[in-house]
Amino acid sequence: MNINKADIPEIAPTFRFQWEEVQDCYVVLYPEGMVKLSGSAGEIMKRINGEHSVDTIIKDLETTFSENKLEDDVIKFLEVAYDTGWIRNKK
Amino acid sequence: MTPAGLETKSDLKPPLWLLAELTYRCPLQCPYCSNPLEIAKYQNELSTEDWVRVMQQARKMGAAQIGFSGGEPLVRPDLEELVQEARHLGYYTNLITSGVGMDEARIKRLKDAGLDHIQISFQASDEELNNFLGGTKTFQHKKEMARLVKAYEYPMVLNIVIHRKNIDQIRDILEMTVELDADYVELASTQYYGWSRINVDQLLPTREQLARAEIVAKEYQERMKGKSRIIYVIPDYFENRPKPCMNGWGAIFLTIAPDGTALPCHEAGQLPIDFPNVKEVSVEEAWKDSPGFNHFRGFEWMKEPCRSCDEKEKDFGGCRCQAFMMTGDAANTDPVCDKSPKHQELLDDVERIEKLAAQEAAHQVEAKPLVFRNMKNSKQIVKEAADV
Ligand code: SF4
Ligand code: SF4
Repeated sequence: MNINKADIPEIAPTFRFQWEEVQDCYVVLYPEGMVKLSGSAGEIMKRINGEHSVDTIIKDLETTFSENKLEDDVIKFLEVAYDTGWIRNKK
Repeated sequence: MTPAGLETKSDLKPPLWLLAELTYRCPLQCPYCSNPLEIAKYQNELSTEDWVRVMQQARKMGAAQIGFSGGEPLVRPDLEELVQEARHLGYYTNLITSGVGMDEARIKRLKDAGLDHIQISFQASDEELNNFLGGTKTFQHKKEMARLVKAYEYPMVLNIVIHRKNIDQIRDILEMTVELDADYVELASTQYYGWSRINVDQLLPTREQLARAEIVAKEYQERMKGKSRIIYVIPDYFENRPKPCMNGWGAIFLTIAPDGTALPCHEAGQLPIDFPNVKEVSVEEAWKDSPGFNHFRGFEWMKEPCRSCDEKEKDFGGCRCQAFMMTGDAANTDPVCDKSPKHQELLDDVERIEKLAAQEAAHQVEAKPLVFRNMKNSKQIVKEAADV
C-alpha cells in the first residue's frame, strides 16, 4: 500500500476500535477475535475518524507528544493497518 | 509448592469470550450437531432479564466478544433486544446462525440493534446440502442472505461443517464461497461430540479424503490470498498432539447454556462435574469460585503422562470431554496424544471406520442411518439412559 499524506483513513466498518478498561489498552475487535494495541498504536488509531488526513494525524501526534520526526513510525503503522484491513480510505 | 488452585487463582484472568447459547430449539436437525444429546431437557430457557444480567456481569469482568448461538438463536424473539444491550455494553457482537428464519427485515433490525457480525453456517442436513450445492431453493435463500450480509456491511464469515458425506465436494463448496464473496471461510471439520459422536461411523472422513481435500483447500488459500481468509482444520482424530482445548479450562471461554448453566466449554455439560447456574450465582462467582470452573485449572489435576510432560503448557493435556468420552476419566490425557496409553485404541477405531467407509463406498454394506438431531430422538435417548 502506497500511502499518500493527503489520504483520509477511516476505520473499516467490519472492524471495531475501542478502549478496553479491563485490558487497560485500546483494542481492535473483529469476528471472534481481538488485537491489543500498544500505547502508540492506540494513539494513532484514535485519530483515525474519516475526517483527518494522514498529514494532519502526524502533525497532531507531533504536537501532542512534543516530538518531531514521527512520520516514519506513523506511516509504518498505517501500512500494517491498511494491509490487515482495519482501516481504509474514505471515498 | 503451592497447594492446588491457589497459584492459579491469584493470576486468574477474566473471561474474554461469552458464548450465549440462547436456545436449543432449531428448525434444522443436523446429524453433526455438537449440541448435547439431552437437548430435550433444556426447556427452561433463561429470560431476557436473566441474559441482560449475565451480559452485564461478564462485560464488567472484561469479556469483549459475545457469540449468540444455539440451537438457532433466531428462534428467540428477544434476539434484537439482547444484541442491542450487548452492543450498548461494548461487546463485539457475533451471531452464529444457519440463516434459516432470516430475512431482510431481520437483518436490518439486527444491524440497527448494533450487531457486528453474522456467521452463516452451512450445516443443513444432507438433503439440504445437496440442495444448495445443486442450486435449488435453499441455495437461493442462502445466496440472498449472503448478498444482504454484504449489502449491510457485515463482515462475511461462512462456516461449513465438513464430514465424510460432503468432503469430496470441497471444491464446489469453495467455489460457492468465492461466488458469495466471503471475507472469511471456516472449513470446520466436524468435532465428534454430542450428536456427531453417535454418528461418527457415518461422518468421519478417511485419510485419503482428507489428503485430497487438503490439496484443494491449499489451492484456494493461495488463490484467494488477500481477498478471503480460508481456514481449514482437519479432525484431531488424525493428529498426534491434541488441540489446546479452549485455550485452557476456565481460561478465556465462558459458555452459558440455555437453562443458565455456566460452562468452561459448550461440551462440558456431559462431564460428571457440578457446574453453577447463573440463576443462582453471579457470573463472577461462577468463574472464580465454583468447583466446576476450578476443576481443571492449572496443572495439579493432571495424571501421567501429562503431569511430567514438557508440552503441558502448550496443550493443557488436550480436551477434557474427549478424555472422558474415550477413557471414562476426564483427568486423563486426551487419547489424540500419541503419548496416551489409549492412543492405539483411537487409531484402531479410526481404522475400523475407514474400513466401514470403504465397504460402504463399494456397496458391500449398507450405511447405517444417521441419527438426526431433534427433540424426539433426544427424548428417546434420555429415556433409554434412564432405563439402563
Ligand atoms: S448444527 Fe444444525 S441442528 Fe445443530 S443447532 Fe446448528 S443448525 Fe441446528
Ligand atoms: S502427554 Fe499430555 S501434555 Fe504431553 S503432549 Fe500429550 S496431551 Fe500434551
